[in-house]
Amino acid sequence: MTNRLQPIFAVAVGLALGLVVTALAGENPLHVLAVLARGAFGTRYGLGLTLAYATPLVFTGLSVAVAFRAGLFNVGAEGQLTMGALAAAAVGAVWPGWGAPGAWLAAGTAAVAAGMAWGAVPGVLRAWRGSHEVINTIMLNFIAAGLANYVTMYVLRNPASQNPETRPVGPGYMLAPWAWFAGAPVGWGLPLAIGVAVAVGWWLERSVTGLELRALGENEPAARAAGINAGRVRVLAFALAGGLAGLVAVPEVLGNTGRFRPAFSAQYGFLGIAVALLGRNRPGGILAAALLFGALQKGATDLDMETDHVTRELALVFQALIILAVAAEGAWEMVFRRRARPC
Amino acid sequence: MLSAGWQLAAATLRGAAPLVYGTLGGWCAERAGVVNLALEGLLLSGAFAAAVVAHTTHSAWLGALAGGLGGLALAAVYGLLVLRWRANQIVAGMGLNLLAAGLTPVLCKMLYDDTGRTPSLTLAERWQVAPLYGCWLLVAVAWFVARYTRWGLWHGFAGEQPAALDAAGVGVNRVRWVAVLTGGVVAGWGGAALSLGASSCFSRDLAAGRGYMALAALIFGRWRPVPAALACLLFGFCEAAQDRLQGVRFGSGEPVPVQFIQILPYVVTILVLAGWAGAARPPRALGTVFSREGNH
Repeated sequence: MTNRLQPIFAVAVGLALGLVVTALAGENPLHVLAVLARGAFGTRYGLGLTLAYATPLVFTGLSVAVAFRAGLFNVGAEGQLTMGALAAAAVGAVWPGWGAPGAWLAAGTAAVAAGMAWGAVPGVLRAWRGSHEVINTIMLNFIAAGLANYVTMYVLRNPASQNPETRPVGPGYMLAPWAWFAGAPVGWGLPLAIGVAVAVGWWLERSVTGLELRALGENEPAARAAGINAGRVRVLAFALAGGLAGLVAVPEVLGNTGRFRPAFSAQYGFLGIAVALLGRNRPGGILAAALLFGALQKGATDLDMETDHVTRELALVFQALIILAVAAEGAWEMVFRRRARPC
Repeated sequence: MLSAGWQLAAATLRGAAPLVYGTLGGWCAERAGVVNLALEGLLLSGAFAAAVVAHTTHSAWLGALAGGLGGLALAAVYGLLVLRWRANQIVAGMGLNLLAAGLTPVLCKMLYDDTGRTPSLTLAERWQVAPLYGCWLLVAVAWFVARYTRWGLWHGFAGEQPAALDAAGVGVNRVRWVAVLTGGVVAGWGGAALSLGASSCFSRDLAAGRGYMALAALIFGRWRPVPAALACLLFGFCEAAQDRLQGVRFGSGEPVPVQFIQILPYVVTILVLAGWAGAARPPRALGTVFSREGNH
């Protein structure tokens, strides 16, 4: 019971601590909360941007969760989504004449393949060399950023722009946003994210490979004794995690900008860790957590205008406090100890 | 030509200094068995505290002191989370980095009504030369303490054989607390070296990934202070060389791809960790929680 409620309490504690910060800044916390809620859900456009921020977080949250269920820590979703977005943008820039739906399929496949390839690297290093995946994925994030910068600057540079970005993809690649959201970039990326979440959940719970993956994550000696090839499952889990992160290209490149811009990601990879943690690595939880983080991100953009003393960076503070509140397991044990004892 | 060489050497030392503090701060925690991914946040909080105090008091030394305290404050939160509440060390570290990235602009807005940066410091308020040799003094201290003192022995055992340390009657978590807090102060000075030395104010994302680079140096140096500091020197050289090659073209007119120099430190770290450049072994109990019932 406590296990299921803990994320909700943690969100409450994180939000409360964040509001204390706003009170210290001389701002009425209730006003800040109202601005956040109105900004995130008050208009069709605002709701659209909330969903547009949430969609990539679903993919990165799933990416972290799949690795986590296999007992692996994927801090590398940032690099994997960079490679995925770059690959999708490159396909669209090199063959601009292709039309939908073949173009969507080609760009989407390229994004998943690039994400999988980048994701497989730490899996292979762990399986073959035993080097820990956390450091490797952090390093690979920086390497991906450097390589993507190189490609953007020297290989696919858009000559029509002052800013570093790749040439735009052909019109056949773009997924039109839905008019209901009044111009916010929400389109087929959103149902794709929900569908993928459901599919991943089904795969983890119902398929043989999903079972092998969970078995390895929950009890490695038992999994090995049952004949599961730990190295193979680790590489598979990391490749899959990378592919999921690569899918960020669909809402971001095909559904929004139509090109690759370095540092386009608003820390989606790192926030994916928080989303997975908060969602307890379950698809339903991840969808809810992504929506919450998207709402904080969007709601906070209005703080610059509508308050005097706090800024949009407050979103990071809220998100960080929620992560830390979820992670502080020992503190929750103290809170719940009295109730847990009779069992 | 000689003067260009000296300039490159000076730029290398300047670029390496914040990394050396960062890597020593990371070493303090990691040698005692506590993962330290919060280095980026420690650098940011130290840099912010140093810039604010130096600007308010007009004293570079008070600013540097405050930088250490800024790192100490965040490290105390980290210690509370991972040592007392047994939070996952990777999650807590990343969370604190996010907290520092968000809180510093919010505080900056509260104090100066500007989210981007703190007010510019005058030359007298800056800490330009001292951090350049101060960090190497600290490397010597770290080497000496680790090798020749009782404290250094406890420190190493907390990371290698915590149960043996406990059996010897020394509190493992007490040693780890001291290590984490000391590391926070040292990394906070790295932040001060950034905001008071390399730059003349605190600005958003001033650390710009240096916390992670310091971590890379620590691994490249195989978790030992002197090799790790030398790795920082190498990374500082990469940074200096990259600045000088920006926009330079080869004879054929092709621009020099500085991005490849930029990613070099991260590539060598992966190679070292994979054992392709000599064996690297982290402290045996790194990332584990110590309790009398057993290590897990």
